[in-house]
Amino acid sequence: MLRVGPGLAADFIFCPVVRSFSLQYLCLETMDSCDTPESTPRQRASSRLKDYFIGATPLQKRLESVRRQTSFVPTPPRRKIPQCSQLQEDVDPQKVAFLLHKQWTLYSLTPLYKFSYTNLKEYSKLLGAFIAAEKQKGLAVEVGEDFNIKVIFSALLGMKGTQRDPEAFLVQILSKSQLPSENREGKVLWTGWFCCIFGDSLLETVSEDFTCLPLFLANGAETNTAMIGTWFQKTFDCYFSPLAINAYNLSWMAAMWTACKMDHYMATTEFLWSVPCSPQRLDISYAIHPEDAKALWDSVHKTPGEVTQEEVDLFMDCLYSHFHRHFKIHLSATRLVRVSTSVASAHTDGKIKILCHKYLIGVLAYLTELAIFQIE
Amino acid sequence: MSSQKRVKNSQSQGKPSQSSNSYQTNLSAWKVKEDLSDSKSISKHGQNNPVEDYEHADDKAEDALQIAVRYFEKGPTKTSRSKDKTLEKHLKTVENVAWKNGLAPEGIDVLLNVALSGKFGSAVSTQILKCMIPATLISEDSVVKAVSWLCVGRCSGNTKVLFYRWLVAMFDFIDHKEQINLLYGFFFASLQDDALCPYVCHLLYLLTKKENVKPFRVRKLLDLQAKMGMQPHLQALLSLYKFFAPALISVSLPVRRKIYFKNSENLWKTALLAVRQRNQRPSPEPLKLMLGPANARPVKRKWNSHSVIPVLNSSSCSKECGKKGMSLSDYLSSNGSFPLEQLKSFPQLLQNIHCLELPSQMGAVLNNSLLLHYINCVKDESVLLRLYHWLSQTLQEECIWYKVDNYEHGKEFTNFLDTIIRAECFLQCSVLQSLKELLQNWLLCLSVDIHVKPVMNSPLETTLGGSMNSVSELIRYVGWLSTTAMRLESNSTFLLHFILDFYEKVCDVYISYNLPLVVLFPPGIFYSALLSLDSSILNQLCYIMHRYRTNLTAAKKNELVQKTKSEFNFSNKTYQEFNHYLTAMVGCLWTSKPFQKGLYIDPEVLEKAGVAQYKSSLNLVYHPALLSYAASFLLQEWPEERTVNLSSIRGKKWNWYLDYLFSEGFQGLKLFIRSSIHRSSVP
Repeated sequence: MLRVGPGLAADFIFCPVVRSFSLQYLCLETMDSCDTPESTPRQRASSRLKDYFIGATPLQKRLESVRRQTSFVPTPPRRKIPQCSQLQEDVDPQKVAFLLHKQWTLYSLTPLYKFSYTNLKEYSKLLGAFIAAEKQKGLAVEVGEDFNIKVIFSALLGMKGTQRDPEAFLVQILSKSQLPSENREGKVLWTGWFCCIFGDSLLETVSEDFTCLPLFLANGAETNTAMIGTWFQKTFDCYFSPLAINAYNLSWMAAMWTACKMDHYMATTEFLWSVPCSPQRLDISYAIHPEDAKALWDSVHKTPGEVTQEEVDLFMDCLYSHFHRHFKIHLSATRLVRVSTSVASAHTDGKIKILCHKYLIGVLAYLTELAIFQIE
Repeated sequence: MSSQKRVKNSQSQGKPSQSSNSYQTNLSAWKVKEDLSDSKSISKHGQNNPVEDYEHADDKAEDALQIAVRYFEKGPTKTSRSKDKTLEKHLKTVENVAWKNGLAPEGIDVLLNVALSGKFGSAVSTQILKCMIPATLISEDSVVKAVSWLCVGRCSGNTKVLFYRWLVAMFDFIDHKEQINLLYGFFFASLQDDALCPYVCHLLYLLTKKENVKPFRVRKLLDLQAKMGMQPHLQALLSLYKFFAPALISVSLPVRRKIYFKNSENLWKTALLAVRQRNQRPSPEPLKLMLGPANARPVKRKWNSHSVIPVLNSSSCSKECGKKGMSLSDYLSSNGSFPLEQLKSFPQLLQNIHCLELPSQMGAVLNNSLLLHYINCVKDESVLLRLYHWLSQTLQEECIWYKVDNYEHGKEFTNFLDTIIRAECFLQCSVLQSLKELLQNWLLCLSVDIHVKPVMNSPLETTLGGSMNSVSELIRYVGWLSTTAMRLESNSTFLLHFILDFYEKVCDVYISYNLPLVVLFPPGIFYSALLSLDSSILNQLCYIMHRYRTNLTAAKKNELVQKTKSEFNFSNKTYQEFNHYLTAMVGCLWTSKPFQKGLYIDPEVLEKAGVAQYKSSLNLVYHPALLSYAASFLLQEWPEERTVNLSSIRGKKWNWYLDYLFSEGFQGLKLFIRSSIHRSSVP
């Protein structure tokens, strides 16, 4: 294990400038607006025509958004540093505590068709019966019958980035104790939740029949996830896909989470690189004191409140060059597979653990962005 | 004897025809007659017997059957010692006729009554039931009467079992099922009888409609299941109930089982085949007895196991639950929409297009050509979005997971791609439609620009000529695309319709958009349309040719007026091309002189095909798309004529024929003839 001290970067400035920011998280650079000096008469005419001919139907908006994606760099080159949001404070703290410190497997989810928040009770019953039927293949069960499991759907009020984001919700599978005297609500067998944080780019492409909750997080046996996912797919015509996080996005996470201002650090900042060599894989773990990592970040950080691609690259390069100086290993030739910070930790397999209550929304916002990117 | 027979026959004819089915019944009766005459002629050749003899024999058999039926109807006589012998003789007669030609509905009516009343004892009832084979159909009334006997308790358990098996086997030949469905409660109650249960389940499986699924029945079935365990017949019925009312019940079927009912119709296998042949319709049954194999798919390597296309299920609770405050009874009685599982034919689709239920998973439409038709014309964004999301995710996941070494998976993926490609004729049509809209938008854009600013000011095309070149390139590209598509889809009429739609835009560019451009279609499209078997295609082609003519004429006129040689004058080639097409068309439709130049067919081939005179055999009368019109024209105008003499359509008749065609909606043809043919040259 290697400790990287603050003396690493020469122009190190120890002055964490964090301003207060607006809620808007995603800052899409509209490059064309500054590149074109002025629109010619013809362009004006054609844009008018375009408005006329291309109606504002969701599908056409989708097309627009696809065009936008293909014509620019797929990921926006700059993002805001996660901030504590007002909305998050409305969330039931008990529920938030329940979501923290657990390992979640990530999935992207296409919009749910005809999902209704008023029917959560009904869904609990149907899903319960479905699971019971699946578990005892071939034996039919009545919906609403008493099984030894219990399904609870509940809304996670306030878990959103903007008011436009649909409400997040939680699904829990509990085992029921056989003994009536004991606590009837037994232990939690499986938990999953659906959310959408700053999902504007997806929201504007679908009609009102759809509910966009592109990020799904599951904790529990994979077989349960499969069963429940199948029910959702059948019932709401949606599609779950595992959401992996590539090295590029992991380094973004490393930078953004390091940039978060913390009252006290709970965990070491740690990177895990994997060297693909046979017969055995070689993993390189690189742990840094969180305050040192922050100091390094501050030294490369220029744009207040924002993280740019340049800064992310520089941050990682500093780590690489330091490592190379000591061990003569080019980490840039290996693959980043895990990032752990005091805010959260993420694995390239699509597993995440969120540690810090304050930046929960910020972390989810980035994951939502990745999920939307995968389904578009 | 023969008089009695006649009476019987007239009875069956005089019987009040049962509403819509009368036509079918008559038709099938006619078919039987034809079959008989066929077999006669065969036997004539084989045995070298005089015809009358055979007919006589046939009559005899018929008469014997009448006697036998009357004998059974009257009931057993106590006295005679020869009772057994007579009974045996009559049974034999009935059996012979039944297995040979089947029994008429009246015969079945009487004999069913006899069998279930148990007059002759259980053994005879069994024998009678076994030979209850319809000639064509079974009347619903007979079945209802027979069921009423079950309540009296006169027949043995075995007879009941046999009767239910018979009912299941013959289910498709019962002319109506409404009355039988009213007895649903009675059948359902019979489930309690352990011996009957499997067969009653099967019958209910065939009979159940959405409105038959009630909470109390669900509970009863679950009780039975608790009592008897995991019985395949109960599973089948329960899963059907779940299909209709997912909010009431949940069941997950075991992986491997596919057949849920023992073959109830084993006894009648050959007879069933014969009846189906007589009725001349494809057998719908075996399919119904299996729940689709995809219903019971194993969970595979990953849980997104529907790399395969999802099963077609009507949208279930997502829709029902979406409506707030909908009670269970509302839900059960909602029959405003047309369930998908009943959608079998195109006319059904047309009749119910306004109230069609959509599948719960949109991906399922890929396996259903009727629904593909539907989503191809429906402009519902959510339908397309659902399909879009499903397809893009599936493709993405399948491509990533695709491993060449995994044979099974590789095969599955190829099958999936095949299905998409098969659905592609629709996609091709949609592509063409989009291209048409693109062209339209572009043309509108250009035509507006022309008026705003005479000189183009755009980074892409600086001159009108440049723009026109780009547009004509697009049109030629679509022409090339269409020709290829036509070849791949072996001249699909449906596709051709969309292609011609595109050219309906193209031919009118000069006049409608005031842009100096006329591009003709490629020969591959023109000749396919000209020789199409579909009259609407021909009509569309005529209209397009008419518009081309109008546009070209207008262009020529302008050129003459302006006199200046502008860059937008069309080359002579365009005019020549048009004239060439026009000659071919007039030759094929009017002058009976098709393809005067540039076509050579080996005379020997023509001789063999019997159309040595082909040159005079192609005009408005003989054109394959219009032949039926010519025939119905003659039949309508001269119904007294004994033969349809197509060559008689000449002179005055030719003109009447034209008027007839115009009245049948050939407006394109009308315009074409008015503009392109000088009527002095009536052939």
